[in-house]
This record gives sequence, C-alpha cells and structure tokens, in this order.
Amino acid sequence: MLIKFKPAWWVIITGTVFGAFFASLIKWGNPPNMGVCAVCFLRDTAGALGLHRIDTLSYIRPEIIGFILGSTIIALITREFKTMGGSSPILRLLIGAFVTIGALVFLGCPIRMLGRIAGGDWVALEGLLGLVVGIYIGVQFLKAGFNLGRMQILPSSSGWVMPLIAIGLLILLVAKLEFIGFGGKTHAPLIVSLVAGLIVSGFAQRSRFCTIGGIRDLILIGDSHLFQGFIALLVVAFIFNLILGQFNPGKLPIAHMEFIWNFAGMLLAGLGLVMLGGCPFRQMVMSGYGNTDAGITVLGMLFGAGLAHNFKLAASPQGVSLNGKIAVLLGIIILLIIGFTNRETTEGAKNG
Amino acid sequence: MVKKIDVRGFSCPQPVMLVKKAIDAGENEIVVMVNDEVAVGNVQRLAQNNGFTVEIKRQQDEKLIKLKK
Repeated sequence: MLIKFKPAWWVIITGTVFGAFFASLIKWGNPPNMGVCAVCFLRDTAGALGLHRIDTLSYIRPEIIGFILGSTIIALITREFKTMGGSSPILRLLIGAFVTIGALVFLGCPIRMLGRIAGGDWVALEGLLGLVVGIYIGVQFLKAGFNLGRMQILPSSSGWVMPLIAIGLLILLVAKLEFIGFGGKTHAPLIVSLVAGLIVSGFAQRSRFCTIGGIRDLILIGDSHLFQGFIALLVVAFIFNLILGQFNPGKLPIAHMEFIWNFAGMLLAGLGLVMLGGCPFRQMVMSGYGNTDAGITVLGMLFGAGLAHNFKLAASPQGVSLNGKIAVLLGIIILLIIGFTNRETTEGAKNG
Repeated sequence: MVKKIDVRGFSCPQPVMLVKKAIDAGENEIVVMVNDEVAVGNVQRLAQNNGFTVEIKRQQDEKLIKLKK
C-alpha cells in the first residue's frame, strides 16, 4: 500500500514538545530512563492512593493531572468539550486493566518505550516489536468489523468527573494529607511536572497526537499523519538525551532482559490499545474533554496498576514473575475473545 | 445516488474506515453524519487525499460532511 505523506505540523510539534520534556524531566528529577510513562505514573498514583502497597512506588504524579486538565482547558477555549460515552464501558475498564498489566510486564507505556529507545535502551526494541504485532492483530479485528459500539451524547455532569478527579488529585498532592503515599522520591518538582503535563496535553488535544494511532493508521489505511508525531518524539528525545548526556547505549535502568515477555507484554498492550482507540496518554487527554469512555478506561488502568503490584504481576529489573506471565497470557486470551465477540451490528455500519 | 453514512457516536478509526469502504466501492458522492470533532478532521483528510471536494455543514450538535468527486 502506498503511504501518503503530508506534513502534519500540529502532530509534529506535539511529538517535539513531548520528546523535549521526556528527556528534560529526567534531568529535572524523574526516574532515569523514565522521563514520562503514562502507565508507570498511574501505577505510582495508585500507590499514593493506597491501591497497592509498594511505598517507593507511591506518588501522585502531577504529569497525570496535567495530561487530563491540559486538554480540558484547551477544549473549553475551542468549545470542543463534549460529553459522550456509553460504548461498552465495562469492557473498556477490563481492557484498560489488562493493557496496564501488559505494559507493566514490559515496564513502560508506548511513550516510555520510545523514550527508552531514544536513550539507547535497545531492550525496548523488543517491546516495540511486540507492540507492532499487537497493533497488527488489532487492525485485523478492526477490518473484520470489531468495534465496541457507538457513544451517546450525555449530560455534561458525566464529562466533568475526570477533570474533577484530576483537580481532586492535585488538592491531595498539595495538601499532603497523611493517608496519601509519598514514598516515591525520584520526581521532578511538582510545578515543573504539572506544567509539562498541561502543555503536552494542550498540544495533544489540538493535534490528536497518539502513538498507537500512528502505527495503526499506517497499517490500516497507509496514513502517516499521526506516525509523524511518533517519529518526532523519538528523534527529539534522542537529540535532547545526547545534549543532556543521557544517551547510554546498552541495558538501561528500570528494564529487564526477558525478550519473550517484553514482546508478549507489549503485544497485549498494543492489541488492547487498538481496541480502545488510543494509547494510555491519549485516553487521559480524551478523558479531559468529556469522553467518559476514555475516563472509565483510565480508571480501569488505575485499577489494573493496583492489581499489577498487589498480585505481583509487574516486572522488576530482575525479570518477570510467574504470576506476570500467567496474567499476560490470560489477558491475550480475554482480549481475543472480546475481539471475536464484538462485531459490527447491522445498526452499526450499514445505516443509509 | 448519494451514499449516506451515519458515523455518529463512533470514535476513530471507525468513521474513517466506513467512509474509506464507500470510497473504495467507487462512490462519487457521499454524505457523512458526524458528531465528533476528531472524526470530522479525519474524514476530511481521507476524502481530500482521495481527490474529493469537502463541504461541511453544521446541524445543531452534529455535522454533515458532503464529499464529491
């Protein structure tokens, strides 16, 4: 298939800003080799809320708050805030949870995966391979008519739930209440992280930047529009890592070497994220401007992140646990069942 | 014959896939009913890449995209 290329400037700018922040946030104090990671940061937030019990992985990440609220602010200005939802919410919650488990077995969402590659962490290429295969399988389901059903327009109170949760998280973070975990110490200053999250989300609201969409559209319709952002993030994070002295080819921190599970974890994530229609970061951005299905997905990811540590599914630099391996296989099986059982209805596609 | 496609409530990529199906089937005149801004942009891009002229009409909460070759 011929791939169409037409510069998508907003998408490229979003990827550029994101790549620059990815590398800079490491310099400013975020974990090495993990400037930004949507699922790892949800995992840390889950810990802070007591949804898992690993003290050192407990911190309400201001980036997450920014990812949700940045798009809220821009959408209010551009009048794009629109409350919609009702497209198989419970399946989205379940898929979101499994996607997070898969990503935590690899140790990174697609954005951290790109950042890891840009830092010289070649192990992350195993994850990329798995992600592409997962997306490819997801695209086959899409071509066969898979979808989770139509959304309805809803009263706006539903749309405000996620922005208000984000504001609530910010209050908990600033107020430092005793029941909130603060054991995670490797982080950039609060205000820096928050502003970075807001800026990236604001750009992404305009450009619809999405890492999963980038690869999906290439495979599905030969459209490079979103993929340009994927490449921009990778290239700019690499350049910034070079400048900041953070490019160290080889195996890097907070990663493991189990090829098959890096591959399988990201296959699970890639497949699930195609079913959900966007990467974890994109889900947060969409949840910020009224997409309640994306909101329920983010809550599912938070739930999955809690379980991933309570059940010892998440990988560590030492490797992947048996529990984690079983969870990934179970997740792939469940997603395949969902893929085969949610097809286009006559009401779905053939109207008119 | 104008081909009508209702993609209201679908998030991308479904709207693009449904319109692409119609384009691939050789339709020259297509009207798409959309209620999602992301889908409006994506359908417009797909249509322009395939040599269609695009006209967008607002109708309360939704938009009608008229594609013509």
